[in-house]
Amino acid sequence: MYRLRKWGPAILLILPSLLAIGVFVYGFLGWNLTVSLSDWRGLRPSYNYVGFENYTRLASDGRFTNSVGNVIVFTIVFVGGALLVGFLLAYLVERRIRGEGFFRAIFLFPMAISLIAVAIIWRWLMSNATGAQQTGLNRLFSSIGLEFLVNDWFKADQPFAVMAVAIAAGWALSGYIMALFLAGMRGVSDDLREAARVDGASERRVFWHIVRPMLLPVLMSAVVILVHISFKTFDLIFAMDAESRLIEMPAIYMWFTTFDSFNFNRGAAIATLLMVGVAVVIVPYIWYSMRMERRQ
Amino acid sequence: MSARVDVPRDLRIRSRWAPHVTTLRYLALFALVCLFLIPVYVLVVTALKDPSQVSPRQMWNLPDVLSLDTFRTVWPKLETGFRNSLVMAVPASIISSVLGAANGFVLSKWRFPGADIVFALILFGMFIPYQSILIPLRQVLSDAGLTNLTGLALVHIIYGLPITTLIFRSYFASISDELIDASQVDGAGMLRTFAYVAVPIALPAFAVSIIWQFTQAWNDFLFGIVVVTRATHWPVTVALNNTAGSQVVPYHEAMAAAALASIPTLLVYVLMGRFFMRGLMAGALKG
Repeated sequence: MYRLRKWGPAILLILPSLLAIGVFVYGFLGWNLTVSLSDWRGLRPSYNYVGFENYTRLASDGRFTNSVGNVIVFTIVFVGGALLVGFLLAYLVERRIRGEGFFRAIFLFPMAISLIAVAIIWRWLMSNATGAQQTGLNRLFSSIGLEFLVNDWFKADQPFAVMAVAIAAGWALSGYIMALFLAGMRGVSDDLREAARVDGASERRVFWHIVRPMLLPVLMSAVVILVHISFKTFDLIFAMDAESRLIEMPAIYMWFTTFDSFNFNRGAAIATLLMVGVAVVIVPYIWYSMRMERRQ
Repeated sequence: MSARVDVPRDLRIRSRWAPHVTTLRYLALFALVCLFLIPVYVLVVTALKDPSQVSPRQMWNLPDVLSLDTFRTVWPKLETGFRNSLVMAVPASIISSVLGAANGFVLSKWRFPGADIVFALILFGMFIPYQSILIPLRQVLSDAGLTNLTGLALVHIIYGLPITTLIFRSYFASISDELIDASQVDGAGMLRTFAYVAVPIALPAFAVSIIWQFTQAWNDFLFGIVVVTRATHWPVTVALNNTAGSQVVPYHEAMAAAALASIPTLLVYVLMGRFFMRGLMAGALKG
């Protein structure tokens, strides 16, 4: 009774949210799993159990394996690129330079606009039209004598097409990575740095021996966040070239096969695999974050 | 650790290359700013050109005369979506934040046994690929007759809960327990402490949470196309994709539409960047 009086109101207060998340996240995940094990094709739901048939079929579905290949290349290029650029930006901005706020604002603003808008702008910048229709970056390259850079961008052969998508995604997200690194670098106490300077360490050595080791947790966060964003990439591709197999990824294929071709069972199977892929990186991350918090 | 000694600036060991390094740093930064602004440059010069001056060849040229004609052409195509997103995103972000405040308060200041596990389970909802819940979601919403703006707002409220809870939980954790304890000594119960003590001191967290949720809801596309069936209820991103998402549309109209659809979130970013930034950092958990 005492426990009820003590915790009752608190639990009552969060109950609506818990129910909502219980149903809309966990209930739906389970429901989706059921669909992925069923024979539901067409507009009317059907839940006859077929075992893992939908999953085994995916293995021999060329469109699916193609989309997986694309997302793997995309993840490597996008995560690597965004980390490099984000780190470079943070490194340049970090040393209390003049106009720091201005630089940060410029590098971070793409985070504020929708990926649909990002895709629309980049689709025109990366147009592969030729002759009189040539435009965008290709037009710029040819007019300043850099013809060798002219290419087909996201209409190029695989695996290069997804790399063009990675450029747009990197433009949108490397500012975020900069912000993460910047917060990590600022977290290294000035006292510690000053102590090293007094001991005669150069700026570069201060960075290498004091700041760098402390950036490892930040690097881990950044990788986890980028990888899970990369697995979920949808809007960007949808607005850039939705029907193209050159850049199709599982999140897109899931949408087409489900809501366009009404293969709900196959769509659910892809979605479950997507969920597993994300969970593999996210669950340890949440676990680790919670443990660090408890230690503090 | 060694005792701290204040060293006069001019006694510090400094490389004689230091001034050059600083110059190089600024040069690199300006080069990167130019690179980052290429899309903005194209967007602005294209959208402001007179339609008669627009051609693939002229993409990089400055406009001869400034003209708002292109904006006038595309605005009618976006207007409904714009209004839809506004009436959907504003209440959704406020309600999601209020619920998040309650959760965050309980999970940091009224920790019942197992509160951390509950929090981790809530948090997980933030990272799931939404594809993995779309089929049941669409099914439930169409059975409930909610394939409209109300349904879309509901979806943003619910899937926004993990991040709003996280924002408020971190915020309340940074506030000393004494304030809460004091109100308990005064005899106030949990609900009253929340309403009269916690909410008023959490205004900065409300700013972060509402701004973040507004931006998310405004920029969302996936829920928009899956949840909403009727064109009159489409959010702005869906309207934008339909207007500008094909190669048939002249590119100046595509650019102007993209610019128009980005104005609200860009305004929020420019005016309240500090809060936006904190929402962004919250999403990364603890680095």
